[in-house]
Amino acid sequence: MIFQDYVFYALAAILLVAGLRVITARNPVHAALFLVLAFFTAAGIWLLLEAEFLAITLVLVYVGAVMVLFLFVVMMLDINLDKLREGFWDYAPLAGFVGVVMALEMASIVGVRHFGVNVTGTPEPHPVNYSNTAELGRQLYTDYVLPFELASVVLLVAIVAAIALTMRRRKDSKYIDPAEQVKVKRADRIRMVSMPAEKEMPENGEGEQA
Amino acid sequence: MMDTLQQLFGPLWPVVWTLAKIVAIVAPIMGAVAYLTLAERKVIGYMQVRIGPNRVGYYGLLQPVADGLKLLFKEIILPTAANKFLFLLAPVLVLAPALAAWAVVPFDFDMVLANVDAGLLYILAMTSVGVYGVIIAGWASNSKYAFLGSLRSAAQIVSYEIAMGFALVGVLMAANSLNLGKIVMAQQGGFWEWYWLPLFPLFVVYFIAAVAETNRAPFDVAEGESEIVAGFHVEYSGMAFAVFFLAEYANMILVATLAALMFLGGWLSPVPFLPDGFPWLAIKVAGLLFLFLWFRATFPRYRYDQIMRLGWKVFIPVTLVWIVVIGAFMQTPLGYLFH
Repeated sequence: MIFQDYVFYALAAILLVAGLRVITARNPVHAALFLVLAFFTAAGIWLLLEAEFLAITLVLVYVGAVMVLFLFVVMMLDINLDKLREGFWDYAPLAGFVGVVMALEMASIVGVRHFGVNVTGTPEPHPVNYSNTAELGRQLYTDYVLPFELASVVLLVAIVAAIALTMRRRKDSKYIDPAEQVKVKRADRIRMVSMPAEKEMPENGEGEQA
Repeated sequence: MMDTLQQLFGPLWPVVWTLAKIVAIVAPIMGAVAYLTLAERKVIGYMQVRIGPNRVGYYGLLQPVADGLKLLFKEIILPTAANKFLFLLAPVLVLAPALAAWAVVPFDFDMVLANVDAGLLYILAMTSVGVYGVIIAGWASNSKYAFLGSLRSAAQIVSYEIAMGFALVGVLMAANSLNLGKIVMAQQGGFWEWYWLPLFPLFVVYFIAAVAETNRAPFDVAEGESEIVAGFHVEYSGMAFAVFFLAEYANMILVATLAALMFLGGWLSPVPFLPDGFPWLAIKVAGLLFLFLWFRATFPRYRYDQIMRLGWKVFIPVTLVWIVVIGAFMQTPLGYLFH
């Protein structure tokens, strides 16, 4: 085994343990953090495959953005785990069945018969000055430009729809318009009053007694 | 001498050599962090007509050492019912990305630990990981004040990251590369060729977003020492707190270095008759860091809703418009203005 193999097995082991802990951790925050670890380790494995652009993007998008928002939500939930686990054994047979079907489906496609080294061949290592990023950009904006644009439009529609569905305007919210605040002049807030500096003395001297 | 060392370590040589380079990068950064804290106190002191620290060593030069020792000997207090593992992991998670990002930062022509092609993307990814330390610190402290502080801080960091990322998109469009070394080399030709001029709005947005990103005044609502006495790290003491402190200053140096590399020509000399070299980068970084301190000494703190408005409603539109401007100009004969 060469050095890369050891790295791969180490990363794969961490990835599997992290993935397992995502579904077994009792605390949802811990589960989310294990998912972060799983993403990070997966990015490491992608780096081994010389897909550095995708690996860094995985960290940037999933670890840096998606999981942060996920954690935000999960941290603020007050989850009663015992209540959530109430029906666990009732659903276990169904879940097991679904799991087995999924495993069989995956095995029938990604098995050695279709994805083995003797079928696909060992990928050639790229030359030193090969730019994964530039190559990916070229592919996306030439050969796959229509699917790529379509995907981005679908995502944009999803964003707009999500905001449109969840946005509610409160009638009584106290909204501040910064432009108005900036435009304020002194005369709008201060009224200069001309008045004598001293209080007028009472005429018959009654004030002295008090 | 290199050959004898190479023979001595044999197959382990690449590992040893890389480790040596990492130490050669991290140790000076830590030194710079220590003296940046002193510089901050001195600069703000003189701006407020005080002298600043002047008791430990000549001109207070040993003050950072004394502060470090003091923090080392302090007790690390664990709050009741805090999640011990995550509580102690959080400071590490803040500091580690701030240091890991330096792997792709070039200090001179070809003087870089890892000459990665997607270097800029790597830096964005690393700095975006730093927010986990903030969130975990707030959550693991088992304190509502720390938790609310961490939400404020994390929301601010995530918001300004977007503006920062878009500012960098303009840079990579102009330089045609994500490699930081190539970005600097694309700015050759003296002061007027550097990207601060064609990308001026992005430069301003990047630098202000960098101040907000590092939670520095006037965007320091997360700490707000005169109002709320620290946010997410309110429960930390001793060395655990010091690590947060180190990370803040390491991040400041990192973003200042990135601004110098991407907009101020990095190690390139501003005039043709002087040679290029690392001292130029050091001067530019020091100048930008001085701006950080100057801001802190002179600006009043932003209100939280104003921070969010500035990030989302001002900076992101400005960067988006300028990216379109760059892209449009590149299709015209005037494209040489943006290289």
